[in-house]
Amino acid sequence: MSLRGVPTAEVFQRAVDGERRALGRLLTLVERGGAAGDEIAEISHPKAGRCHVVGLTGAPGAGKSTITGRLAAAAGVATGDSHRGVGVVAIDPSSPITGGAILGDRIRMDEVIDREGTFVRSMATRGSSGGLALAVPGAIRVLDSVDYNPVIIETVGVGQVEVDIAGTADTTIVVVTPGWGDAVQANKAGLLEVADIFVVNKAERPGAADARRDLELMLDLGAHPEPGKPIWRAPIVMTTATDGIGIDDLWSEVENHREWLTETGELNARRQSRDRFEMLGRIDELLGAIGRARAQSPVGEQLLKRVESRELSPTAAAAELLADLLE
Amino acid sequence: MSDGTTGGDEPLRVILAKLGLDGHDRGLKVVARMLRDAGVEVIYLGLRQTTDTIINAAEQEDADAIGLSMHNAGHLTLAPRMVDAVKDAGLDIPVIVGGIIPEEDAIELSEKGVAAVLGPGASTEDVIGAIRNSVTT
Repeated sequence: MSLRGVPTAEVFQRAVDGERRALGRLLTLVERGGAAGDEIAEISHPKAGRCHVVGLTGAPGAGKSTITGRLAAAAGVATGDSHRGVGVVAIDPSSPITGGAILGDRIRMDEVIDREGTFVRSMATRGSSGGLALAVPGAIRVLDSVDYNPVIIETVGVGQVEVDIAGTADTTIVVVTPGWGDAVQANKAGLLEVADIFVVNKAERPGAADARRDLELMLDLGAHPEPGKPIWRAPIVMTTATDGIGIDDLWSEVENHREWLTETGELNARRQSRDRFEMLGRIDELLGAIGRARAQSPVGEQLLKRVESRELSPTAAAAELLADLLE
Repeated sequence: MSDGTTGGDEPLRVILAKLGLDGHDRGLKVVARMLRDAGVEVIYLGLRQTTDTIINAAEQEDADAIGLSMHNAGHLTLAPRMVDAVKDAGLDIPVIVGGIIPEEDAIELSEKGVAAVLGPGASTEDVIGAIRNSVTT
């Protein structure tokens, strides 16, 4: 009965066949990394690349989980039977002290999503910063490869450092609320650059029109088209997510953006840069591991002594340790 | 600090929920915090769950255990129902019950497959120990 000890390739096949528990297990293995994680990346990559990845970010309390749940429901209705369903990855922070986490995003989703058609996975950041967990690209690949489309990623919501999502998603949605702060805050946070769509949630509250006007103004000021690059002006969608108001508009804008990405070739450009980013990250990881192992070897310790006695600089010692790789 | 991991470097993933119409979630919130501080990843479902929503979450989240908090005397009906639902779904994860449970009821619950029963005085060590003892990793 247990999936423990079942070969990874078989777990993958069972997930392809629709066993949700097998998919759940695959995502755990992706989070753990190591040999099983690598194997899953190998198996899933050729089958992936079809799904539209939507990222959702914004300050804590802005209503990200509720919007994510509603958007997943709207996407499920819009895409119908053409795919297995909608994938959701909801990220919450790990405690930096204990590594534990309280993952509470499902509460806001369970009431609105179609449970049969939606696969929701909560993920802790596990020490990664930037609002995402390290395993997110791998998790998207797995959900994609078993035909979940779209996949919606909800980031942590810590405010100003969440621009990583833009490097991961095809369409990035930034959620703000009335009274969330002035235009300076948004500029500071780099939100202008990463937002493909803005949402003003809790739009029934006073100040919603002001928030919209601030965003419009910033978009006017921030329009510096790069020569040769296609222009997309982020639309602003007003929502009251708790009542589902504005969610269909939001899904339409996601579809508009997807069409624009496809027509302009920007989709391929973004995905290429994402692949490159992931490969470079992996290179950093592998080279770092080699370097650390060598630094702890007797040769490394000897070099360190020479650094200590001021005979060598740390830079020169590092270069010597990696001499064969640096040729 | 207790070790809320699977034994390797991986955090345990534990679902916390209340079944049915029991509206007392304060204890559950305290336990969530205790577990987080012990290094566990808590998937917090909160109030008014059904066996279906909990099974659904357990599958998708690949949970290592299900923790139920019970304060309205429904434990003798609801907890065994959860145990059966876990079995029916083909999952092999323990169901742990916390709350105010009379001793003879606790015995009956364990006979019906509840992996552990924890009372209001349980320490972090007790909670983690109960999960760890019943999880087969």
